[in-house]
Amino acid sequence: MSAGEQAEPTASKKPAKDFRIGSDVPFYLCFGILGSVYVFLIVAMLIAEATYTTPGHILNVLNSPEIRYSIRLSLLSCGVTTILSLWVAVPIGYIMSRFNFRGKYILDAILDIPIVLPPLVIGLCLLILFQVDLYHGMTLEELINRGTLYVLGREYGVTYEIPAVILSQFMVASAFAVRTMRITFDQINPRYEQVALTLGCRRSQAFWQVVFPQSFRGLVAAGTLAWARSLGEFGPILIFAGATRFKTEVLPTTVFLELTVGNIEGAVAASLIMVIAAVIVLIIARYSGLSRSAF
Amino acid sequence: MISVKQLSIQVGSFSLNEICFEVPAGEYAVLMGKTGSGKTTLLESVCGLKPVKAGSITLMGVDVTNKKPAERGIGYVPQDGALFTTMTVRDHLAFALRLRKWTAKLIEERIAELAELLGIAYLLKRLPHGLSGGERQRVALGRALSYRPGILCMDEPLSALDEDSREEMCALLKTVQAHTGVTVLHVTHSKTEAIQLADRVLFLSDNKVSAKKPEEFRGGT
Repeated sequence: MSAGEQAEPTASKKPAKDFRIGSDVPFYLCFGILGSVYVFLIVAMLIAEATYTTPGHILNVLNSPEIRYSIRLSLLSCGVTTILSLWVAVPIGYIMSRFNFRGKYILDAILDIPIVLPPLVIGLCLLILFQVDLYHGMTLEELINRGTLYVLGREYGVTYEIPAVILSQFMVASAFAVRTMRITFDQINPRYEQVALTLGCRRSQAFWQVVFPQSFRGLVAAGTLAWARSLGEFGPILIFAGATRFKTEVLPTTVFLELTVGNIEGAVAASLIMVIAAVIVLIIARYSGLSRSAF
Repeated sequence: MISVKQLSIQVGSFSLNEICFEVPAGEYAVLMGKTGSGKTTLLESVCGLKPVKAGSITLMGVDVTNKKPAERGIGYVPQDGALFTTMTVRDHLAFALRLRKWTAKLIEERIAELAELLGIAYLLKRLPHGLSGGERQRVALGRALSYRPGILCMDEPLSALDEDSREEMCALLKTVQAHTGVTVLHVTHSKTEAIQLADRVLFLSDNKVSAKKPEEFRGGT
């Protein structure tokens, strides 16, 4: 009551009818215009690319042996990279999600390095890593050469070979897979493992029987994301694996090589394959419930 | 029985010091206390899920202070049930038995027995998704009791239930305890649950556990 009596004189000074609020239209208009500029650019860019050449021409380009090789190598290397990425993403994601330990902050920063480092620099770092003198003039590259000769009976190298393509893709793709798996495990309540532990599980059993099956959608998302990242990887591959036809040529390399020789149709055809792959990835990632923050 | 002596626990900045209490074998103990008093932390230490700084925990005559949760012989029912989302109700009941390498025949018999005791036979093929609160807690209880542990630890198992389901679960918990003879430690902040279920009420406040008879507790604490 007393509050009401206090409020009354103020209310009588400023009658409610004087209080008017302006329209919300300018707000919606500004945000709508600013937002739609970007969306328009994305759509326009894709339409321009898709309509640049005819399907017949694209099919012709796709029949050329160079591009067929690059598609095959892209699919193969991305598949291998995806599997390798998941092998590291699952344990790292789980450890980072569940355990607190000294140096976790630093480890977290290290794991983000491949995401923030310029791709060309990653390639250069890899190139140098394999040429650094390890022991009495022996480099990592030579060590692998001799190791493969001893074990497999034939000398295999990494630099400027197919393994360099895979390693270049792996360095970046894994960082995204790790991040996705960490988010996935963060979203799974640790209570499940605790119950499993009381029921008689070892840590490994609690993980493989209870947590891992629950992380399946996250695993699909992480794999898809890793695959998409590796498909588009170009910078490290150019430096570390080179751009040699019928050897280390993947789809982004094809786009680059075709452009340098002035064959825009060839470049467009190769890039359209990547556009289609990106759309498929987007659909799978959304279907698997990957949270937006992971992208 | 559960015997906790001079137990000290440190979790971040929160600590419990020199806690002592006992629950004789076959008794139903309800652990009460204000929010933030450390009831759940204490229960989790008994289960082996929180590390202990000092003191001892003895379960059924065995010192388990430094043992893994799996070796303590405890059935644990957390607040939300924490049912494994990818497993059917049948898999939940069989989970601990498969770990113990029971034969398929014995597992089937045990599942049938538990399903009848808890009234969940009609749910056996279902996944946890879509089960009601009461159904979830009955499955969680069945999973915890499946391998016949001597101790049952429950963390506010009825708090998420509506009034009717809570009454049903209270009656069920009484029946289950009478049927199995399990020693129960049940954390709650509900006086009604304590009065309905407890053989003894343990009240945690200011780093001390005081034991009371439910009648005494009913008198007004």
